[in-house]
Amino acid sequence: MKPPPFEYHAPPSLEEALTLLREHGDEAKALAGGQSLVPLLNFRLARPRHLIDLNRIPSLDYIREDDGALAVGAMTRQRAVERSPLVRERCPLLAEAMPLVGHFQIRNRGTVGGSLAHADPAAELPAVVTALRGTLVARRAGRQRVIPAERFFVAYLTTALEPDELLVEARFPAPPPRSGSAFLEVSRRHGDFALVGVAAVVTLDEGGVLTHAALALTGVGPTPVLAEEAARVLVGDRPTPQAFEAAARKVSEGLRPDADLHASAEYRRHVAGVLARRALARAVEQAGGGAR
Amino acid sequence: MSERAIRLKVNGREYQRTVEVRKTLADFLREDLELTGTHLGCEHGVCGACTIVMDGEAVRSCLLFAVQADGAELLTVEGLAEGEALHPIQEAFWEHHGLQCGFCTPGFLMTLYCFLRDRPRPSEAEIREALAGNLCRCTGYQNIVLAAKAAAEKLAATGR
Repeated sequence: MKPPPFEYHAPPSLEEALTLLREHGDEAKALAGGQSLVPLLNFRLARPRHLIDLNRIPSLDYIREDDGALAVGAMTRQRAVERSPLVRERCPLLAEAMPLVGHFQIRNRGTVGGSLAHADPAAELPAVVTALRGTLVARRAGRQRVIPAERFFVAYLTTALEPDELLVEARFPAPPPRSGSAFLEVSRRHGDFALVGVAAVVTLDEGGVLTHAALALTGVGPTPVLAEEAARVLVGDRPTPQAFEAAARKVSEGLRPDADLHASAEYRRHVAGVLARRALARAVEQAGGGAR
Repeated sequence: MSERAIRLKVNGREYQRTVEVRKTLADFLREDLELTGTHLGCEHGVCGACTIVMDGEAVRSCLLFAVQADGAELLTVEGLAEGEALHPIQEAFWEHHGLQCGFCTPGFLMTLYCFLRDRPRPSEAEIREALAGNLCRCTGYQNIVLAAKAAAEKLAATGR
């Protein structure tokens, strides 16, 4: 299994990469970590005429706080995010999800931007950025735009990025005080793509009532599924097991997952509900709203 | 231009070669440098048999192009032993029968090389999680885990 021939470019700067993309458009593919793209090349499922290697561009590798959000450069290695104290402190949901992404060898090369731009329907990071209502910064020669997560993931393996656009940054908003989060997934083996994964985010007020809840699921549709009905049911209520159960039922009822080799639709629906319930409980605990 | 000149260090030795840009690093090591210890199992990043160490980190060499290793320092399984002296991890695999056909073994060794360096006193659960990205079709993993534990002890004892 060997890749088909391509023209290889290794631009040393973002500007040059964007110029190359503008020149070659949909005949080009950007190479980030390669952990998703190179398998496609080896299978010859992708046959780009031009490969634009982004790994020589230093300016896209960063993790920083920026205006109340955690800003992660698209070429930041997943392993760096996993090990980052700033991420652990500022975006615990991202810190919790990261070790579940593949295996550490994958995370040594895989990038945050690459995972988001590849948009695998069972990937963890798209659910994380969706649950947090994050934004994705895209650039093309001469233009930058900020795309909200709920508009970024369009279809199976498809994002809102144009052929001449690069994802340059992912922004994860900092949660308000008294917030908690949890990421849970079920997979056959550790490191596999999630059969079902749930990212939960909650915020409580001083009285312990839920003022905000978000549940984003992966593995149950072509793009991350934001369980808005379930979230609506929770807001304004106390975070009781009954409330979680009601929300979990809404989650399951609202899903139309596909069946595949790994799991039936029924299994995915059921597990989604269970994980939603557990993730909510953990998120609330983290928010300081345990049994009162 | 479908070929590029690259320069890299492998197991402490400098190499300069010209490669086709689409040649994977795994194939380059095996064919151009005749270091066939790095194995090809799946060629899509799942089995871990191709795992090597690049610039200090364990990576899938089947998912890298040789041109991406220009300027890099690599360690492959051939670089573990010092002459006739096996690396402690290799010794542990030998002593605990951590291999049968040996096809997956280089990948496990390089994975453990990095993992034990970063986590010198791992629990069994941590070992199993760290090795989850390496597949073995022969052993059922039990002796691999035992070998990993023994390797950790050996490395701790020698202060490496």
